[in-house]
Amino acid sequence: MNSYLQIENAKMVFDTKKGKFVALTDVNLNVDQGEFIALIGHSGCGKSTLLNLVAGLNDPSAGVLLLGNREIKGPGPDRGVVFQNHSLLPWLTCFGNIHLAVERVFGDRESAKQLKERTLRALELVHLSHAADKRPGEISGGMKQRVGIARALAMEPKVLLMDEPFGALDALTRAGLQDELMRIVQETRATTLMVTHDVDEAVLLSDRIVMMTNGPAATIGEILEVDLPRPRDRLKLAENPHYHALRGQVLEFLYKKQHKHAA
Amino acid sequence: MSAATINEDTIMKHPDTTPATPARPTPFFQTARGQALLESLGAFFKSLLAPMLGLALFVLLWQIVSMKSGSLPGPAQTWESAVALFADPFYDNGPNDKGIGWNILASLYRVGLGFGLAALVGIPLGFMIGRFKFLAGMTSPIISLLRPVSPLAWLPIGLYVFKETEPASLWVIFISSIWPIILNTAAGVGRVPQDYLNVARVLNLSEWKIFTRILFPAVLPHLMTGIRLSMGVAWLVIVAAEMLTGGTGLGFWVWDEWNNLNVEHILIAIFIVGIVGLVLEQALVLLAKRFNYE
Repeated sequence: MNSYLQIENAKMVFDTKKGKFVALTDVNLNVDQGEFIALIGHSGCGKSTLLNLVAGLNDPSAGVLLLGNREIKGPGPDRGVVFQNHSLLPWLTCFGNIHLAVERVFGDRESAKQLKERTLRALELVHLSHAADKRPGEISGGMKQRVGIARALAMEPKVLLMDEPFGALDALTRAGLQDELMRIVQETRATTLMVTHDVDEAVLLSDRIVMMTNGPAATIGEILEVDLPRPRDRLKLAENPHYHALRGQVLEFLYKKQHKHAA
Repeated sequence: MSAATINEDTIMKHPDTTPATPARPTPFFQTARGQALLESLGAFFKSLLAPMLGLALFVLLWQIVSMKSGSLPGPAQTWESAVALFADPFYDNGPNDKGIGWNILASLYRVGLGFGLAALVGIPLGFMIGRFKFLAGMTSPIISLLRPVSPLAWLPIGLYVFKETEPASLWVIFISSIWPIILNTAAGVGRVPQDYLNVARVLNLSEWKIFTRILFPAVLPHLMTGIRLSMGVAWLVIVAAEMLTGGTGLGFWVWDEWNNLNVEHILIAIFIVGIVGLVLEQALVLLAKRFNYE
């Protein structure tokens, strides 16, 4: 049975002024539909590069990436990307930002009224209906990121790709958004690939944690199965010994096994 | 009857309930609204204080210089002359003797046309130069070469090619004021944050959508700066060009009055050129504010 997202022998080499830089090599990963995968590793381990390959923002130097049995060639709305920098267009309202994506995907099939309804539903999903007519300059960082998530999900992508989406936010906002993300992912059953370097976030949110080795020529080091039952409550997990054991395993990989390679 | 019952008798008999005489209305400037008005008036006059003082100082200096030189007209004299001049701004005594109103309008018309052409050509060109590196490479040496050329050096070529003064003047305005528009627009395109272009990529937007929804709004502030600079150059140039080409217009009028040795009128012309230039600039500033989304 073919997996939903298949990455086979992916390799990524960049041409730089100093010669060729091998960012990734021999990356093999199979993701099932509805799975939540966390990509974790030290800085420079190629996790964002891998995400960009799945997003189609770069073509692999070798190997192939398949989504639903079709090769990934170039970016497209079937992969919804949430950037670390929210990347909302400041001259459009929150509604306008989401509508831009919705129109792109469904514009040629649906009426204006239906597009409007889709946009409003996406805002409702992230609990931001009241901010529909506000501009990004008028809302907080956490709200901006929620709009970014709403924009990605409004396209009903096959895969949700998130590149350290909560990295720029304070701890409390981050916690709130992590809970919201869990709720949204459960509701929409979105297949998600999230880059993070927060160990707690990885264990809390994901079904599997893909731990990358250090770059250059980074590859997948270990994959950890997170078999904690859902829905997950962070307060209860704090007293769950299995949660701490999993956390410990990730930390051990990051800080002991990779320590000697750290630049 | 219990003591707590309230009825007509108890109400009527209680001395505190007798209706008092109607109170005098509070004076307006003691009410909240009145206070607010006083505050804003006060702030307004405070902000005027510095410029008014500066202007008064300038007039004083002018008076001193004119008294020292003996021949330069002073502020009072110039003012009287200006009043007489603007009393009949739209007279028409033939092709070279028209009212000041006509001259101002003629200059504005030429600037409008020349600058309009510069914007029409410069804005799309700026966009393309900003978007396509190869085109930027091609045009860069030409722009660098032609930009420093003095506006008036373009006039002979214009006269030679077009053979008439009117198109030649327009040509001079066009070629002088187009550079800020091109360069600022191109720089604006180059400065569009990569974030927005990433959005365009992941949404796979068409080239037209990228232009209308992302490029154009992002570049607009830079474009407005270019337009403001251009307008300044155009207004500067037209007065100089008109001095050489004659006919109507502020520049021609200045030169004419010099030939008549009417120094007061020359001084007035300086003020008019400055004031009109200021008004044009402020109009564009207001327009730019409208498009600012920050």
